Amino acid sequence: MLAPTQKLSAPLGLLAELTHRCPLGCPYCSNPLALDKREDELDGETWARVFREAAALGVLQVHLSGGEPAARRDLVEIAASAHAAGLYTNLITSAVGLTNERLAALAEAGLDHVQISIQDSEAASADHIAGYDGASARKHALAAEVVRLKLPLTVNMVVHRANAGRIEAMVDLALALGASRVEIAHVQYYGWALKNRAALMPTRAQVETAVAQVETLRAKHQGRIVIDAVVPDYYARYPKPCVGGWGRRSLNVTPAGRVLPCHAAESIPGLAFWSVREHPLAEIWTSSPAFNAFRGTDWMQEPCKSCERREQDFGGCRCQAFLLAGDARAADPVCHLSPHHATVEALAAVAEDVPYDYRR
Amino acid sequence: MSEPLSPQSVPRLPRGVRLVHNEAQGGWVLLAPERAFKPDAIALEILKRCDGQASIEAIVDDLAKAYNAPRDRILADVSKLIAGLAEKRLLEL
Repeated sequence: MLAPTQKLSAPLGLLAELTHRCPLGCPYCSNPLALDKREDELDGETWARVFREAAALGVLQVHLSGGEPAARRDLVEIAASAHAAGLYTNLITSAVGLTNERLAALAEAGLDHVQISIQDSEAASADHIAGYDGASARKHALAAEVVRLKLPLTVNMVVHRANAGRIEAMVDLALALGASRVEIAHVQYYGWALKNRAALMPTRAQVETAVAQVETLRAKHQGRIVIDAVVPDYYARYPKPCVGGWGRRSLNVTPAGRVLPCHAAESIPGLAFWSVREHPLAEIWTSSPAFNAFRGTDWMQEPCKSCERREQDFGGCRCQAFLLAGDARAADPVCHLSPHHATVEALAAVAEDVPYDYRR
Repeated sequence: MSEPLSPQSVPRLPRGVRLVHNEAQGGWVLLAPERAFKPDAIALEILKRCDGQASIEAIVDDLAKAYNAPRDRILADVSKLIAGLAEKRLLEL
């Protein structure tokens, strides 16, 4: 086996952020605080080229995301171009602004899978979290249409203090909607979520109950629905292997065309991101300074450098290391071996019932 | 929901699951909703035969012939693998 520093693997997935526009205002939105403007968005032709270059590079799956991808009037053409490039095409949508007619056209264009976000099992709470009246009803209606068209459906439920007590009801809802897969995703604190951290942070007791419930529900619904869980990492002992390791498995293209190793990478100052407007995707993958900044293990400091898990969790998340330890080369402070781990524990203990600062 | 497994069951890849060959990824990959798996050699031979036409019995016969191996053992292996994949919603019966 060659070490990752010696051999560059091919990326498997591409997250295509078609737009940052979105009708919803979820306070944990993973988009950056400084949103790309509509007039700076890549056109459909450029996206089609990016998809062809991605397929040639070895990418197999593309996730059409946003913002709300349906805010793009040319979404169907974009999806068709991804399918034509031979990519497994996944739509990640809020369901708001996507009509049944356009969904049918997307299915016709070769869409492989749909993921719908649902904010809570209780409609009033869900609409409050999304900052949009009637969002919940629209989501349920679109989910029914996805199932009617025989497209596979994943329901994504983001978990935080306001809804962590309803994991079972959320999984039941996903089953009732006909989903074959549900993501129980605890909020990750970047972008808007970082801004709303105190309003969103679950208690330790909530997290422990939620994690145990997921195990019970997996056993109960085995063979009926796949339950994937994203762990709440402020309460973890070891960090998550963020995006499967920096520049190892995936690429993220912003609405304006900048290519990032992960969606939050722009929160690290000093990294130079190349754009698909100026470089072919293969060149960005192999040579862009941002992608090479944290590949392999040479960049690591202690305790990562000599850690036996260094090629298992890759030092955790670079963005979180910068945001919480002030150094993107430090160990992710979520790790109990980090000298800054106490900071994370202190932050996890801060829960304030303040109004959400909605993403607008 | 999947039916219980029997030798007459006909496994097939559900919509949203695809078996593809890709040089850059080093061979065969099973693509599923927001997931991807690299099947091992045995899983691959079984998956290639899950075409929505062949029953588990027929798949076992074919493998027993191709690999000149005891049918009972192959039946046990194939049933176990297919049940596991059906549980993960990567196969339908």
